Amino acid sequence: MSPVFYLVAALTLGGALTAVVLKNTVHCALALTAAFAGLALLFLGLDAQFAGFAQILVYIGAVAILVVFAILLTRGSETPQGSVYSRYSISGLVAAAAVFAVLGWAVLQSAHMLPNEQAVPMADVHDIGVALMGRYVLPLEILAVLLTAATIGAVIVALHEKEDAK
Amino acid sequence: MFDTLARNFDQIFILLRDWLVSFLPAGMRPVAGIVLSVATIVALFPGLFALTTIFERKGLGRIQNRIGPNRVGPFGLLQPVADGIKSLTKEDIVPVSANAAIHFLAPLVLVVAVFMGFAVLPMGRNMVLVDMDCALLFYFAMGASTELAVFMAGWSSRNKYSLLGAMRAVAQMISYEVVLLLSSVAVVMITGSLSLTKIVAAQDQYTGIFPHWYIFTPWGLAGFVMYAIAATAETNRSPFDLPEGESELVAGYHTEYSGFKFALFFLGEYLAMFSISGLGSTLFLGGWSAPFSFLQWVPSWIWFFSKLMLSIFVFIWMRGTLPRLRQDQLMNFAWKFVLPFTIFNLMVTALWRFMGEGWLRWVVCSALLAAAYGIMARVSMRREHFEPRSYRYAE
Repeated sequence: MSPVFYLVAALTLGGALTAVVLKNTVHCALALTAAFAGLALLFLGLDAQFAGFAQILVYIGAVAILVVFAILLTRGSETPQGSVYSRYSISGLVAAAAVFAVLGWAVLQSAHMLPNEQAVPMADVHDIGVALMGRYVLPLEILAVLLTAATIGAVIVALHEKEDAK
Repeated sequence: MFDTLARNFDQIFILLRDWLVSFLPAGMRPVAGIVLSVATIVALFPGLFALTTIFERKGLGRIQNRIGPNRVGPFGLLQPVADGIKSLTKEDIVPVSANAAIHFLAPLVLVVAVFMGFAVLPMGRNMVLVDMDCALLFYFAMGASTELAVFMAGWSSRNKYSLLGAMRAVAQMISYEVVLLLSSVAVVMITGSLSLTKIVAAQDQYTGIFPHWYIFTPWGLAGFVMYAIAATAETNRSPFDLPEGESELVAGYHTEYSGFKFALFFLGEYLAMFSISGLGSTLFLGGWSAPFSFLQWVPSWIWFFSKLMLSIFVFIWMRGTLPRLRQDQLMNFAWKFVLPFTIFNLMVTALWRFMGEGWLRWVVCSALLAAAYGIMARVSMRREHFEPRSYRYAE
């Protein structure tokens, strides 16, 4: 638990909290991007280079851009006048706390359950590639099919609008 | 005697750094070495940027039958100094309705993200700042972060031209980033590593006097052409300069920037050009390796920077030659021609990898790529109807 860890953790938590609290939706999206960056730095702090850079490439390079585009194209970028908190914020808070408690409990328990492994597991890109193409090839292919189906679905949704416009 | 001299000259920057660092106490040496290398990169490329601006203005002037800047200093060579002083002393204007914090952050995020890319480029033998296992992934992760900076600039300015420019830029960069990644994957497939130093080392071999550069293979040539197209689009250079098309959008996403912040955008654009040219020469043109085996005595960094400046020259040449594309042409080109061809090239690369040595793979792979190019060009030309166009929103 070095000072760097605390700095990065503060960035991640601060970004995530700001994303919830701010009023302007684009500001929220950018704050969320800061949280993504913090998460990537946490991965890098754990010597997981591949996961860290993939996190930046996918979440900052693609997901954040997608979020921002969606906000702009749906005219959600105007700042709302009134309060942004819904009437159900208390129950939402309780549900979030419950989920967090369960997750925290699971993480704390799992530390005792795991067999004693070496302190720093080394996973370079080559090992990840071999694992993805060998042991985990079926989940990978299923995910690929799922993503292709989602893409085709998105194209079909977009096509309908165009035919109506003509 | 001559060999040692050449070798020392090749490693001159490393030796110089070690000599400078040796004055410090032993505990500080590693940190001081890193700081010195970073400072060199941060100073070198903006210097190169200043040189390139005058080179570009002179070159464009020649292409357009004018002389170009010739008033400041001998042959106008001190023009970048004058430009720099001008942009430093200009007033920094922030529009009243702009989102001040994001407006301020955008140029910083852009320049920092672009500078990060240089960290993994091998600029000569042993001359790489961070030699990491997934250098290529790091480079593309940093390249992807610049898109957000462009969006931040366009959105925070509260100007319709800025926002339109940013939307165009982001759409274009996302489309061509896919191609950029996939054309580089071919190199990774053959080398079997994401490390840029290993990719250069794999190309630093010679048959007779000729090097094993990837551009001299069928898949490498196709991959390089696709990479070059995508790189031009990614850096928003002509003919893909729609995001900042002066005749349509004033200056695109940096319309509302003045003074030094504008200079930072300008710097970021040129730095992106340098780094993407550097990556291109590392992936396909052998990085710092010499073009002929008998030229290996020339220092490796000279080769790297020659290839880089040659790419910059091609960028300028294209800017002076080609007209700007229309938005629909840009998108159709990316998704209907460049992307399918790049994916096909990946398959050809896999075939090349598994066919083994021999002349047969040269014939088969070349024929496949040529046939694919011919068929795709024929099909997409047949779909074109050359008749008066009607525009949906312009009537």
